[in-house]
Amino acid sequence: MTQAETRRIGLRFENIDKRYGGLYALRRVSLEVAPGECVALAGRNGSGKTTLLRIAAQLVRPSAGKLTFSPAQTVAGPATKETGFVAHATMVYDELTAEENLLLFARLLEISEPAKRVELLLGDVGLFERRDSLVRTFSRGMRQRVAIARALLHEPSVLLLDEPGTGLDPQGVSWLADTLRRLRDAGSTILMSLHGESEISALATRAIRLDAGAVVADTRTGASLRSILTFANA
Amino acid sequence: MSLLSNTTVLLGKELRTEFRSRELLTTTVVFILMVVVLFSFTFDPTREESRRFGPGLLWMAFLFAASLMLQPGFLREQTNDTLSALRLSVSDPFAIFLSKLCANTLFLLITELLMLPIFAVLYNVPLLGVVPQLALVLFLGSLGLSVTGTTLSAISAQARMRELLLPLLLLPLLTPLLIASTEATAALFAEEPVLRWDWLAFLIAFDIIFLTAVWLFGEYLLEE
Repeated sequence: MTQAETRRIGLRFENIDKRYGGLYALRRVSLEVAPGECVALAGRNGSGKTTLLRIAAQLVRPSAGKLTFSPAQTVAGPATKETGFVAHATMVYDELTAEENLLLFARLLEISEPAKRVELLLGDVGLFERRDSLVRTFSRGMRQRVAIARALLHEPSVLLLDEPGTGLDPQGVSWLADTLRRLRDAGSTILMSLHGESEISALATRAIRLDAGAVVADTRTGASLRSILTFANA
Repeated sequence: MSLLSNTTVLLGKELRTEFRSRELLTTTVVFILMVVVLFSFTFDPTREESRRFGPGLLWMAFLFAASLMLQPGFLREQTNDTLSALRLSVSDPFAIFLSKLCANTLFLLITELLMLPIFAVLYNVPLLGVVPQLALVLFLGSLGLSVTGTTLSAISAQARMRELLLPLLLLPLLTPLLIASTEATAALFAEEPVLRWDWLAFLIAFDIIFLTAVWLFGEYLLEE
C-alpha cells in the first residue's frame, strides 16, 4: 500500500468568487472533487483555470466562498503540505542545481531520507546524469521535469497541475501520463488544467469547462467528457 | 522545531545562492566604499570633524547599502514563483521571512566589517578601543534595518512601481532607528568613548517591536 492510498483527500469549493479589482476571475464556483478523482479543467485563456488551481493550493485567498478538504481529519498539519502543485512557472531556483533544488524542498517538507528520495526522483524524470548542473542551463522541458519532480517529492494526496505538459517532449509527456496514471490508481486526487496533451487528458475521469470564471459544463460520462476535452485540445 | 529547521535550510539556500553569484555583496561593498572614499577626498576632514559627522556618514552609507541589498530579497522569489513553492513546503511561513532576515543582517554586517577599517584610516578615527561596543551598536542597528527592509521588500515585491515603493516606505520608517544608531555611534567616537544605554535600549525596543509585528502578521505579507 503506498502513502497516497492511506490518505485519500477530496476538495470542496463552495460559492468561490475571486475578484481582481472589479474583474471577476471566478464567479460563484461550487465544486466537489471526490477523493481519488482525476479532473481535467478546460477553458479558454483567462477562463479562471489557473486561479481555481491556485485557490485549491491555498496560494490565493478567495474573495468570497470557502475551500475545504475532506475528510478534514486526514489533513494533519498545514493542508498545503498535502498538495503538490505544478504551475506555469517552474517554481525552482535557476541558481541551484537540480539536486540542490530538490534537496532544498525535500528538507523543507521534512521527508525522511531526503537524499535517497531525490536520487530516485531524479532517475524517474531522467535527469540523474545532469543532477549537478544549474537549472538555468536546462532547456524548458528539463526545467519542467524538475518542477514535476519537486511537486511529487512528498507523494502528495492532492496533485494540482497547471498545463503540466508545457515544454515536455513526447517521451516526457508519456512519462508524465504514466506517473499520473499510477498516482490516480493509487488514490491521489488530481486536478489539472490542460492545453493539448491528449495522452494526459485521457486519464481524466471527469471534465469541467470554465468560461469567464464560471463552471459551464461538468461531466463524468464518455461522450460529454470527450467533447469537453476536445475543446481543451483545440 | 519546524520553524528552526525550516529557517536553517532556507538560510543555507540564501547563503549558497549569494556566495555563488556574489551579486548583492559586490554591488553594495563597491557602492559604500565609493561613498566613504569620495567624502574623504572631498572634505578632507580633521580628526575632530570626523568625530562629529563620521557617525552620520557611516549610517547614511549603511542605509544606502541596505536599500540596495534588501530590494532583491523577495523580488528574486518572483522570477520563477519560488515563493509559492516555499509557501507550499514550509510548516511555518515565518521561516521564509526569518531566513531572509538572517541572511540580510549577515550580508549587511559583512559589508560593514569590510568598510570600517577603511573608514577608520581615511577619517583618522581610532576604533580599536571600542570594537565590542561598536559591534553591539552595529548589530542592533543592522538588525533594525534588516527587519524593516525585509518586511517592506516583501510588501513592495508584489506591488507595481516596486523600485519606488521600497525607499518611499523605508526611509521615513527608519528615521528613528538611524537617529538612535548615529547617536550611539557618535558617543563611541567621542574623545572619551561611552556606551549610551538609552540609545541602545531604543534600538533593542525597535528591533523587538518590528520582529514581533512581523511574527504576528508576516503570513499576510507573503500572500498574493
